[in-house]
Amino acid sequence: MATETETETFDTSAYISHHLQNLVYGKLPAGYERHSYDGHHEVLEHAEWTWAHGADEAAAMGFSAVHVDSLAWSFGLGVIFCLLFAKVARKANSGVPAGLQNFVEIIVEFVDSNVKDMFHGKNPLVAPLALTIFVWVFLMNLMDLVPVDLIPEIMIALGVDYQKIVPSTDPNITLGMALGVFILMIYYSLKVKGPVAFIKELSCQPFAPPTKGPAIILAPLLICVNLFMEIVGLLAKPFSLGLRLFGNMYAGEMIFILIATMFVGGISIWFLMGGLLQIGWAIFHILVITLQAFIFMVLTVVYLSMSHEDH
Amino acid sequence: MNINFTLVGQMIFFVLFVMFCVKYVWPPITNAMKERAEKIADGLAAADRAEKSLELAQEKAGEDLKEAKAQASEIIDSAKKRGDQMVEEAKQKAQEEAERIRTAAEAEVEQQIAKAREELRAQVSELSIAGAEKILGESIDAAKHGDMLKKLSAEL
Repeated sequence: MATETETETFDTSAYISHHLQNLVYGKLPAGYERHSYDGHHEVLEHAEWTWAHGADEAAAMGFSAVHVDSLAWSFGLGVIFCLLFAKVARKANSGVPAGLQNFVEIIVEFVDSNVKDMFHGKNPLVAPLALTIFVWVFLMNLMDLVPVDLIPEIMIALGVDYQKIVPSTDPNITLGMALGVFILMIYYSLKVKGPVAFIKELSCQPFAPPTKGPAIILAPLLICVNLFMEIVGLLAKPFSLGLRLFGNMYAGEMIFILIATMFVGGISIWFLMGGLLQIGWAIFHILVITLQAFIFMVLTVVYLSMSHEDH
Repeated sequence: MNINFTLVGQMIFFVLFVMFCVKYVWPPITNAMKERAEKIADGLAAADRAEKSLELAQEKAGEDLKEAKAQASEIIDSAKKRGDQMVEEAKQKAQEEAERIRTAAEAEVEQQIAKAREELRAQVSELSIAGAEKILGESIDAAKHGDMLKKLSAEL
């Protein structure tokens, strides 16, 4: 009895960690000791580009590793977005819209009105950027609603060990986009405000340094304090942007996986309850994935709007 | 969970998709939508204009009708007046004609009377001469007694 419980516990944790492991390709450093499945040990003589077998190897690959599944799904979903919208864009006309054009125009209108509300500068990049982010992130989040075992099991049958199909549960993906937004923020801050005004904004807020009188000796101190606070605030923006999306999606995915462990015992009352819970959580999650995509878009627009404010 | 090259890959994809969207997706769709909005606005404005012009046309038609009615009644009035006038004129003419005919007839009669009288006078003077001759038994010199004869005939 005790052994049975033990195996089951082991199975569950392995099941969960398997679901949370990306398909990684990268360079294992020389001298790394590989453990194959049959307990065989192999010490690498040279650094080797290979597929990672498990989390340890993926970690050992360091920065050279690539999450092939995340990137492939993210790229594929991005292509779906582009093809779908480009198809409509090619045939777009001012006549009576029908079918897909209606759908696409609703989204475009929604994004456009949001951008117009929040972004007051003049930049033709912002609205299409917001559209791309909204639809792309939504599609990536949408993968969360695919049953957790469906694609990984198919891939295992095809000989691929790991498969994480929700790109937005990978911090690399969300932080990658957030860093893209961050670069745009810095670029437009320098371009619109000018380097001097940008640095002034970072160093003279929130405590305005005194410019005359005996208090002027305090000015460098205040500037240092301001710089510290403002730079931390500035850097926090892309990180909070990326980690918010990652955290929400990761937690959501985790709950799907945890509910899925209820199916382990075969057909029983737990199986039925697990099914109901999956459905319930999926329905609730429709709200979450849309909201998170929307929040990512809104914050991007707000941050860029702040970069365009010229004092 | 590790931060690695995936991040850079995602940034590259991000740039690619945003650039694609900026170039090939956003402008055609928003342009089509803008064009449609303009079309609809134009259509609505045209409908407004048409409604206004219809109103104006109706107003004008009403005015025209009123004017036509006024004109018609004016024409009828003037025709009536003219008719009356014509009748009056005809009456007057007829009266005048009648008067003229009567005057002419009277003149004729007068003339006839005068003529008859003249003849009668001549005859009277002759008769009276003849009578007188018979009575006096001698001829009367017409020239000698002309004055008397004239006086006589004037008395007739």
